[in-house]
Amino acid sequence: MKVLVPVKRVVDYNVKVRVKSDGTGVETANVKMSMNPFDEISIEEAIRLREAGIATEVIAVSCGVAACQETLRTALAIGADRAILVETDVELQPLAVAKLLKAVVDKEGPKLAIVGKQAIDDDCNQTGQMLAALLGWPQGTFANKITVEGEKLRVAREVDGGLETVILNLPAVITSDLRLNEPRYVTLPNIMKAKKKPLEIIKPDALGVDVTPRLVTLKVVEPPKRKGGLKVPDVQTLVMKLRTEAKVIE
Amino acid sequence: MSILVIADHDNNALKNATLNAVAAATKMGGDIAVLIAGGGCQAAVQAAAAIAGVTKVLVADAPQYKDALPENLAALVVGLASGFTHIVSPATAFGKTVSPRIAALLDVSQISEIIEVVSPDTFVRPIYAGSAMATVQSNEKIKVITVRATGFDAVARTGGSAAIEAVAAGADLGISTMVGRELTKSDRPELTAAKVVVSGGRGMGSGEAFKILEPLADRLGAAMGASRAAVDAGYVPNDWQVGQTGKIVAPDLYVAVGISGAIQHLAGMKDSRVIIAINKDDEAPIFEIADYGIVGDLFQIVPELVKELG
Repeated sequence: MKVLVPVKRVVDYNVKVRVKSDGTGVETANVKMSMNPFDEISIEEAIRLREAGIATEVIAVSCGVAACQETLRTALAIGADRAILVETDVELQPLAVAKLLKAVVDKEGPKLAIVGKQAIDDDCNQTGQMLAALLGWPQGTFANKITVEGEKLRVAREVDGGLETVILNLPAVITSDLRLNEPRYVTLPNIMKAKKKPLEIIKPDALGVDVTPRLVTLKVVEPPKRKGGLKVPDVQTLVMKLRTEAKVIE
Repeated sequence: MSILVIADHDNNALKNATLNAVAAATKMGGDIAVLIAGGGCQAAVQAAAAIAGVTKVLVADAPQYKDALPENLAALVVGLASGFTHIVSPATAFGKTVSPRIAALLDVSQISEIIEVVSPDTFVRPIYAGSAMATVQSNEKIKVITVRATGFDAVARTGGSAAIEAVAAGADLGISTMVGRELTKSDRPELTAAKVVVSGGRGMGSGEAFKILEPLADRLGAAMGASRAAVDAGYVPNDWQVGQTGKIVAPDLYVAVGISGAIQHLAGMKDSRVIIAINKDDEAPIFEIADYGIVGDLFQIVPELVKELG
């Protein structure tokens, strides 16, 4: 079966994000960009399925600006077979991305989509669930372990109090949690190979999807700063302060 | 204005975060209905009807809702949606799973994890692990929203007397099945609802070392948490993780032990009222946000602290 993995280009997780002084967003010019870490986990999982002889082809898809090609090349270097960029300069919100992905699914016919549980830029945690809804497929969010069992998929999910296991009919969407796997390192020979793998570019119009944003960001500001930094010399002082100053213990 | 709150519950009791979601709904203004979809969920229905400020409880009690599978649940909510201006869920694992599915079926955007209601169509939510706060306006016909519990003080569990109304159950879509739950057993309070949290980080050095935190957690009536580094190292279970991709907590007191203070961790706890940091590295970033820091060996300081607290 084919496996589809969406990948998002985001500000690298090591970058300390700065809010723009005009309050329109965060600074992304001249900032290191990388693949959303949860998408790396998704690609890794898809490749493991191929290595296990279950997946026949791994297709990486990104939606966004031309520079997302770099993110797709990374996906190809990890081991995806080919890539599709749905290219647009429009600000894409999760519902629009889910619609684009649905159109790609309709075209490509994968039986499984592995989607990162959230992107570390907007922290929305929506796209996988929305894609499943639009396709009418079952969804296994926050996947910790997946096992294909014939026409079914067993998914262990990370929930608030522990783990939960569901069995989904295929085709299905899963969203990757942090501990689904540990992605492999990309090797130089694989980076070279990735340059020769096919990368198709299509436009939202060609997929018949209206990607106009539905939500308006009115402003972006820095969070209130905590006034921390006080150090106490010993445990006695700490407990005294907790009792008399912070009044947080009896 | 009419708001539907999707309750997170286990058929018997409501999850605390449901009360924070109702609190957010109260700020949006308008009548508040709570949906209890479950199987054999009458106890949860009674609990919902008693919540302060709730006018109506909608009940779908059928086997296909017993396990809160999102496929059946979203289909049910979509059928009920037309009477509502807002559909609000707590941003728990349950709410995060079902809410976007509802939004997409309604062809509307979702606003995730709001921490403030500015007006009925405008909300504040953290982005980039809380490094920035975005004010977002929605012109959708139905606003689908998840609520971060730490942004809103829970409404009272009692004092309400809502009308209870049964709604027709939908078909079982039969595309997903629950086969089991392995929930961590603990006598401690639930991490996201605890008044005090004691968390350990990589500095603990081993899973065994977390035992040293237990007397402190016992004395403070605390839940126990951990940083991502400690979970990655296999010291403690995954569901202990506090941070951007784990639990978001805001207790009255957060005790960070052997935690350096990576931004991903701070994202999950920096709204705590009082933060204590215990770390041997006096340059650790956790000290910048801690109200009270103490530099030294945690294996010495923690037992001393327990003794001093008495």
